[in-house]
Amino acid sequence: MPLQGYLLLAAMLFAIGLIGVLMKRNALIVMMCVELMLNAANLTFLAFARQRGDQAGHAIAFFVIAVAAAEAAVGLAVVIAIYRTRGAVNVDEVRTLRE
Amino acid sequence: MEFNAESITFLIFAGCLLGTAVGVVVARNPVYAAMNLVAAFFFLAGIYVLLVAHLIAFMQILVYAGAVMVLFLFVIMLLSRGDEHLVKEKYRAMQVIGALGAVALCGVLCWAILDGSTSEPASLPADFGTVKAVGQVLYTRFLLPFEATSLLLLAAIVGAVVVAKERI
Repeated sequence: MPLQGYLLLAAMLFAIGLIGVLMKRNALIVMMCVELMLNAANLTFLAFARQRGDQAGHAIAFFVIAVAAAEAAVGLAVVIAIYRTRGAVNVDEVRTLRE
Repeated sequence: MEFNAESITFLIFAGCLLGTAVGVVVARNPVYAAMNLVAAFFFLAGIYVLLVAHLIAFMQILVYAGAVMVLFLFVIMLLSRGDEHLVKEKYRAMQVIGALGAVALCGVLCWAILDGSTSEPASLPADFGTVKAVGQVLYTRFLLPFEATSLLLLAAIVGAVVVAKERI
């Protein structure tokens, strides 16, 4: 499989995640779509690592996975805190900072 | 593109991956979205194996499909009242414009990818992507980021507890 196949797949995965982030209102599903976008970036790193025979891409993918785990933990904690004070997981109803 | 075993496996995994990724976006019930996301992570791990990234494929299943998704499912069970998904979402104009912009971005990216030319993939050493080889890279060239990651995870643990706890 040539490099382009993997890159095209990553681009489509990123676009699907971006559409989810923009269209969905449930904070949990928005976070899942962010995970999808991070995975698309990972796929690009690994495709280029395979193409160039350079394992630095694998190390970066490792760091991306670690950062995504940290992001999920803190993000879900924030969602729980918002639910506790406002009783909502809808991102449209959380707009105190904007007003 | 010639049809050998690798490209057929890639097409199967890629089709299933895109299908489950769309499932994450269209699902109204968060539990269904989470299940689709778990399946997508497994298919993505298969594609990582095709890319000779065995350690990352293993970590994908262990960390993402295991730890992160269990965290997501716990929070979904904790928060859902079970009736949100019955409410039909109304899309505002900005959201639709944003989605169209995302599709256009995908088109531009695909055009740029297909426009470029690639050389033959490099020939790989026998231990490419194994735990030993990647570990060697992590502990030599990427030692400082590796240690910084441990600090980041510690900060995330403490931060998550502080934010989510009702009273410290």
